Amino acid sequence: MTHRQLGLYIHWPYCAAICPYCDFNVYRARGADTAPLVDAILADLAYWRAQTGPRPLASLFFGGGTPSLMDPADVARVIETADRLWDLEASVEISLEANPTDAEAARFADLRAAGVERLSLGVQALDDPSLKALGRFHSAAEAMAAADLARQLFPRLSIDLIYARQDQTLAAWQDELMRALALNPDHVSPYQLTIEPGTAFARAAARGRLKVPDPDLAADFYTLTQDVLEGVGFDAYEVSNHARGHDNRSRHNLLYWRSQDWIGVGPGAHGRLGWGGERRASKALDRPRDYVDQVTARGHAIDELETLSPEAVRDEFWLMGLRLQDGLPLADAPRPALSDNKIRRNLEHGWMWQSDTHLGLTAQGRLLADAVIGDLLAD
Amino acid sequence: MSLPMTPRENIRNFSIVAHIDHGKSTLSDRLIQLTGGLTQREMKDQVLDSMDIERERGITIKAQTVRLEFQRDGQDYVLNLIDTPGHVDFAYEVSRSLAACEGALLVVDASQGVEAQTLANVYQAIDADLEIVPVLNKIDLPAAEPDRVKAQIEEVIGIDASDSVMISAKTGLGIEDVLDAIITRLPAPKIGDRDAPLKALLMDAYYDQYLGVVVLVRIIDGVLKKGMKVRMMATGANYALDRVGVFKPKITEVEELGPGEIGFLTASIKEVADAAVGDTITEERRQTATMLPGFKPAQPVVFCGLFPVDAADFEDLRAAMGKLRLNDASFSFEMETSAALGFGFRCGFLGLLHLEIIQERLSREFNLDLIATAPSVVYEIKLKSGETLHLHNPADMPDVMSIEAIEEPWIKATILTPDEYLGGIMKLCQDRRGNQRELTYVGSRAMLVYELPLNEVVFDFYDRLKSISKGYASFDYAIEGYRPGNLVKMSILVNEEPVDALSMLVHATRAEMRGRSMCEKLKDLIPQHLFKIPIQAAIGGRVIARETISAMRKDVTAKCYGGDASRKRKLLDKQKAGKKRMRQFGSVDIPQEAFIAALKMDAD
Ligand SMILES: Nc1nc2c(ncn2[C@@H]2O[C@H](COP(=O)(O)OP(=O)(O)O)[C@@H](O)[C@H]2O)c(=O)[nH]1
Ligand SMILES: C[S@@+](CC[C@H](N)C(=O)[O-])C[C@H]1O[C@@H](n2cnc3c(N)ncnc32)[C@H](O)[C@@H]1O
Ligand code: SF4
Ligand SMILES: [Mg+2]
Repeated sequence: MTHRQLGLYIHWPYCAAICPYCDFNVYRARGADTAPLVDAILADLAYWRAQTGPRPLASLFFGGGTPSLMDPADVARVIETADRLWDLEASVEISLEANPTDAEAARFADLRAAGVERLSLGVQALDDPSLKALGRFHSAAEAMAAADLARQLFPRLSIDLIYARQDQTLAAWQDELMRALALNPDHVSPYQLTIEPGTAFARAAARGRLKVPDPDLAADFYTLTQDVLEGVGFDAYEVSNHARGHDNRSRHNLLYWRSQDWIGVGPGAHGRLGWGGERRASKALDRPRDYVDQVTARGHAIDELETLSPEAVRDEFWLMGLRLQDGLPLADAPRPALSDNKIRRNLEHGWMWQSDTHLGLTAQGRLLADAVIGDLLAD
Repeated sequence: MSLPMTPRENIRNFSIVAHIDHGKSTLSDRLIQLTGGLTQREMKDQVLDSMDIERERGITIKAQTVRLEFQRDGQDYVLNLIDTPGHVDFAYEVSRSLAACEGALLVVDASQGVEAQTLANVYQAIDADLEIVPVLNKIDLPAAEPDRVKAQIEEVIGIDASDSVMISAKTGLGIEDVLDAIITRLPAPKIGDRDAPLKALLMDAYYDQYLGVVVLVRIIDGVLKKGMKVRMMATGANYALDRVGVFKPKITEVEELGPGEIGFLTASIKEVADAAVGDTITEERRQTATMLPGFKPAQPVVFCGLFPVDAADFEDLRAAMGKLRLNDASFSFEMETSAALGFGFRCGFLGLLHLEIIQERLSREFNLDLIATAPSVVYEIKLKSGETLHLHNPADMPDVMSIEAIEEPWIKATILTPDEYLGGIMKLCQDRRGNQRELTYVGSRAMLVYELPLNEVVFDFYDRLKSISKGYASFDYAIEGYRPGNLVKMSILVNEEPVDALSMLVHATRAEMRGRSMCEKLKDLIPQHLFKIPIQAAIGGRVIARETISAMRKDVTAKCYGGDASRKRKLLDKQKAGKKRMRQFGSVDIPQEAFIAALKMDAD
């Protein structure tokens, strides 16, 4: 691989409240003083700059948690610092995840002014009972207003949705999806509701108080979603990501799926740097307090640092990349090579396709991506 | 050390017959304690059950002896307590231990009464002509009903229970009375001839890490001395004795053992298999004229295949089995290859408990992860050519066209149960092709005697019996012999491919039901695959049951970003490790647990 791109992920761990389905590294804000965390993030950036050396940054992504709760001035400082340390590519993508409440919408203009050019808005659902069932703290009307405002302020807008909810029908979802499209996003990420271990939803499901669609119905939801979005010109460029046109794909997320380099700063953030036998996986300390303390004491917040084995690099390459519609360039594939037999079997079943240069999953294979990829790599 | 010669009249050789948990170990400990064999500090609970598994399960699989020495009225007494294996699987070993005794204590829990296992063991003791002293234990318990239990002993076993010794092994109450009864009511050994050529019974043998093979012996005639050259009459092997001694229970070497005495010997015997239980030991140069009666070579009754989950463990498994075999001559193994499971061993056992113990020891003591195939009995296949084949692996079944008849082993089962479970148990026995021979009452409990084909019992009969009776029924059996049966080989096909490890011989009338149950089970046990999987049970080419596992329709993680790379990789690694625990048939992964679980039958 000749030129490897570098991205920067900034994790903001605070949320106004914790949603019952969420298993991200998140903490309730409770009016905590966030200045030390911002300082620590800035110091952590300097540490990572020493590791990467001078390279251009292709993308910055403020994720969470709820980074729309950050003071826009702090967002600006992070962007400026990154620019000073690395240089931002001319085409740099700067994204930020936002919750669609009135309070946050009020900061959109300042966030835009700070340099954010792409907003990823967590709409999740478009009717109040569903939002309530998901434990969200905004109304559908608020979400739509936030989307309208974002559409005016930011060059690019993405919308997150959660489907396959309890009691949701296919027809209702189709209608909801159309209404979300009417908000005029250029990118949509519809996620099937996943019951993550350790969450309030997992406990409810275990007690039988929450029932989500079985795999058969979930497959119907998924197929419907693909069809609807395809029909209105959104390309399913990844399992759960759809963009209107090539340029609206999330360049930052593509770094992950294509096994490029990225730095993770902020509590619990993951990173990957290097290639081949030199590729290192890092993870920062989860708890904001520990993160701040360790950065203060040692200049960085590394909790885990692992040099990946060639097999691990290979596995990640395919695990992440086969989720892409375009598949992966065979020329870039790290060794050990995949078993020809297994590839052939998957081609025969119609789960994979292969061109002169690329290997990927078919639409049918994508529905079974975990099993197909697992089978491909397990040996 | 030289023991003072004990006059024959002052020796008592006895064993304790009891159902599990009725207090045999506790009473033994009390006797050892009272006669000063060990100091208080040295007493670990249940001195005799030395192996971990034995301790945990309260099962003794090797006989052990303890020499208790004490004085009474100015006389020195030697009491040899023989702790026999307590389970029907070891019935032959028990019979040889009993043959070394003149008497037995029949210990019955006064709150529980007579159980099936008590019956089997006490009948063996009666058959061996032993004098029996009933001992009612646990009389400290409020639930104890000594009078009812005495009546039961008289009624069911047919021995006089009027002067039963009443004790509590736990509190120590009545233990002196037990000693008195042993001295006054049990006979001394018959007169033996000190000067005759050595004639000793080989009671049992086990492997000791430090001493090598330790052989327990009862002297009939002559003397056993250190340095002596002896001959095992059945195996024909000669050995020079390294040590002669007794257990007090601490190991104590002695100069010699004379007629009527019990002790041990060691020589350079390599494995326990060289010391056949029931053999007669004599002098190499001066042999006794006749062997002791009752010798039988060990004969496995139940077979199953044992395969390492991880093929790389095959050599470790072989080594582990070799080690176990050192101490257990009745366990046999030979290499077996299965299309499904790869390399493993076909193993023979004395019975189901024996099988379970060995499996457990392999996994626990040797840390081996194993797949066990369906236990099978030994079938006698009469071929048209006139030959008889002993089949212990259904996979080796010859072409049906060449078979004249198939015979299977039958057992006589004795079941004791509270009345309320009688109906359920009778139905179970009926379902398993049983013929009822007797139904009588023992107090408030029913005693059922059934003839049953062993192949209906080997798998989960005992589990089912326990669950039907909520654990209150007790069960015992004895092999009765072979009878012809309408048996057919049933194969299981997964995705059109026969899985040899799941094939079995079944009775024609039971085939469809078993086939259906296995297909249903496998449907739940085999995870969904990317394609649909037919599961069939077939006899010859005829499919008698079928199920289909539908293809997986959706399996894809919704969100996958930078932080998920490690998580997904770890999941993959788990999946890879899980695959190692599966066996591939064509392209179907069958989890290891499925092989055994598929055979368990449902409640009805
Ligand atoms: N209450 C009471 N419990 C006893 C007595 N003797 C033994 N036990 C208990 O019964 C259980 C089984 O005893 P154990 O000697 O292991 O029985 P074994 O299986 O026949 O060897 C143990 O928990 C003993 O503590 C007794 O006299 N009274
Ligand atoms: C890191 S979250 C942060 C976004 C923002 N805090 C919010 O909640 O709107 C990114 C997205 O993941 C999705 N998500 C989180 N947990 C999920 C779950 N258990 N199942 C499906 N989607 C989930 C939601 O759509 C959410 O917008
Ligand atoms: S879903 Fe978003 S707002 Fe809810 S807890 Fe997770 S990160 Fe915070
Ligand atoms: Mg015991």
